[in-house]
Amino acid sequence: MDMLTRRRFLVASGVVGAATLATGAVGYRLSHILETAGDRPSDARTLVLVTLYGGNDGLNTVIPYADPAYHDARPDLAYRPEEVLHLDKSLGLNPGMTGFKRLFDAGRLAIVRGIGYPKPDHSHFRSMDIWQTGQPDRPGNTGWLGRWLDATGGDPRHAVSFEPVLPPVLAGATTAGAAVALREGGVSGAGVPARGPAPATLAGFGTAAPGEPPLQARAARAYADLVSVDAMVGKLAAAPAPSSGAATDDNQPKATGTGGRTALSAQLDLVARCVEANVATRAFSVSLGGFDTHADEKIAQRRQLSELDSAVTAFADRMARTDAGRKVVVAVYSEFGRRVRANASDGTDHGTASDLFVLGSPVRGGFYGRQPSLTDLDDGDLKFTTDFRDAYASLLDGVLHTDPGKVLGGWSGRIDGLLA
Amino acid sequence: MATRTELAHLLRRATFGPRADDVDAAERAGLDATVTALFTPAGEDAGAARTPVPALEPVAVPGPKADAAARQKAREQQRQQVTTVTLWWLDRMVQADHQLREKLTFYWHGHWATSVEKVRDAHLMLTQQQTLYRYGAGDFGVLVKAMLRDPALIVWLDGQKNTVRAPNENLARELMELFTLGIGRYGEADVRQAARALTGWRIDQPQRTAVFDPKRHDGGQKTILGATGAFDADGLADVLLAQAANAEFLAARLWSRYASGDPVPADAGNRLVTAYRAGRDVGALLRAVLADPAFGSTRGQLVKQPVEWAVGAMRQLGIRPGALPAAQQRQLLQGLDQLGQVPFKPPSVGGWPAGTAWLSTSAVQVRLRVADLLAGHADPGVAGRLTAVPVAQRSDALARLLVVDAFTERTRTVLAPAAGDVRRLIALGLASPEYTVM
Repeated sequence: MDMLTRRRFLVASGVVGAATLATGAVGYRLSHILETAGDRPSDARTLVLVTLYGGNDGLNTVIPYADPAYHDARPDLAYRPEEVLHLDKSLGLNPGMTGFKRLFDAGRLAIVRGIGYPKPDHSHFRSMDIWQTGQPDRPGNTGWLGRWLDATGGDPRHAVSFEPVLPPVLAGATTAGAAVALREGGVSGAGVPARGPAPATLAGFGTAAPGEPPLQARAARAYADLVSVDAMVGKLAAAPAPSSGAATDDNQPKATGTGGRTALSAQLDLVARCVEANVATRAFSVSLGGFDTHADEKIAQRRQLSELDSAVTAFADRMARTDAGRKVVVAVYSEFGRRVRANASDGTDHGTASDLFVLGSPVRGGFYGRQPSLTDLDDGDLKFTTDFRDAYASLLDGVLHTDPGKVLGGWSGRIDGLLA
Repeated sequence: MATRTELAHLLRRATFGPRADDVDAAERAGLDATVTALFTPAGEDAGAARTPVPALEPVAVPGPKADAAARQKAREQQRQQVTTVTLWWLDRMVQADHQLREKLTFYWHGHWATSVEKVRDAHLMLTQQQTLYRYGAGDFGVLVKAMLRDPALIVWLDGQKNTVRAPNENLARELMELFTLGIGRYGEADVRQAARALTGWRIDQPQRTAVFDPKRHDGGQKTILGATGAFDADGLADVLLAQAANAEFLAARLWSRYASGDPVPADAGNRLVTAYRAGRDVGALLRAVLADPAFGSTRGQLVKQPVEWAVGAMRQLGIRPGALPAAQQRQLLQGLDQLGQVPFKPPSVGGWPAGTAWLSTSAVQVRLRVADLLAGHADPGVAGRLTAVPVAQRSDALARLLVVDAFTERTRTVLAPAAGDVRRLIALGLASPEYTVM
């Protein structure tokens, strides 16, 4: 059963109230972020949260290749043991993830197995709400990083997303992170149409007009933002193509609602620049869509995982080269994994527990959490072995240096030893 | 005596985008007659008649044993039908004379937000669109009961998986949270009991209808929001509509899309609730919104949704999306997709965002591209009237064409150097901050 997974769906899902969006969260320019350079404690670490929208199939990501039950459940969808990038005698990575394999072997990549939450919900929206709010019982109106921001002074520049709209994870009760939109690749690959106005025209529209209504002023400011972001991004190495074509160009069947907005690598490039400039930002949110595959899934998922692998690996390698970069921790998650058994169309349907990747210099590589059984199932679904709040708590504690109980409703679990 | 500015404000909100002629006519007719014509238009809708609902060939659903080629063929056929109905609806929005009804239908689409990306059947989406069109301006209870039988909504929210043996709460929860009451106006126990009331519906695939199967229905007693009975879908609807929260919720929702993103002022809220409550009459509620004393001061407080922006522009420029060349139709749909709003594809059951969410730098870039596309296909008569105006006065003529009250000095400074190139002038007008809000 296909279901859409545009990364922007969350803004509409009601998790972020209109009031939060209207309080100024989206009006930040990159220059505002860069102005904060040097304005942070010298030992402060940085979290980069990577959201994979659509429900990535964990069993074909970290593959239990030695388990006969895996091959029995997915006759046409399973990877053969010799195709898998072996991590140990029972688990291996998807063949598209050669960079992650290298990081794991170097002890820089941690894999938390069987991560999930009680009473799993199979709705993309609800489950993503749960992951972004950190509230599995009843997702509220605030993201877990938004509440962290509330608890630490509420400067929007401390929590930044390079996406067109603010992800709910950065929305707090009284404050919200900043959404700094990156230029979009667009169909033609050019941000500004060939016949379009000159940069001077953009700057003209970006000028505030005295007395105009606030929303009209905001519309004008988007032009000014475009000019400054464009200037910034223009200095980067040739911007990569969007992660996929426009959603309406779906001659090639793939995940529904993939409409790639901005490539993950382009988002991570901006994060890298900010980190290297020692900006005050402590948490960045980036994302990659297109994991909502239910049919003919093997090729499509591998393509997505390859994009993830190359973008994140390049970022990790770049971060390893500077002092500031060596304080960065990357965490990669999706709203749920898939069912153990393949469906009738060479795909898998919405499931439960999956894997969380954590990487960076402060990370102690290796496996965490218990691998869920493929035979002791809950109505066809994996039983989760590690609560996702344990991971959040470890990141709040070890990366953001904040008491997790204040953000996670008193949650006291941790993933021991994950961070040095 | 309403001013031209007030009438233009009313028409920008009540319709997809008034043309200068429409505002002229409203000035001649006066406010009362204009409102009456919006709600009870005289005569048949010739524009709707020009854009009949498309007849779709049934797409055979591939069986479990179908090979990849057969599945691929069915997918391709579905994809084409989705494009057909999407373009048809845009064409209808542009062409229809009974604009208030068309825009209200689109409002309801965002309210009962259902996406073809899961329903995967253009025919079912069209059926839902017609249900919203048919019942959208009348008794809300009738609409709710029709929607609880709507196959697309049932598929979208897994209603066909909701049986006495395996209840599924998806539809019940959203019915209360997003469609009738609003979050926090019910408890988890109410959701579970409401799900029981909604059991028993499944989709008759060949007929493309929802059918009630008593064997799958839970006929037992339920207690929902304090009421106890052997409720079924209609019984549940009656319980929900009897809640005080229903009127407040709908009033706030309509206010947020037709008047302002700011909360309803308390006294206005009371007036709206009173107007709705008598007959649960959506038309009366919308009329109260547009006539409320507080409505007049909401100018500039809404950001045009991308569909509102593009459809309004096409009305003013004399463009029929259905008559555009295929390549331009594709560009238009791609542009709307990149702006984040394509009919039949809301991003989630919560519908589309509002306000500042549309005002990102990435949206600016796409809007420029689509504006250029539309300006390039403006009706020659429309473009010609601009060209006939002396260059120095073209900014004012553009404001009249696009029914912008006035361009700011900031924007006039940008428009002036482009005044010699009418296509470029129009494109800049469409992309201007003034035209982005309403």
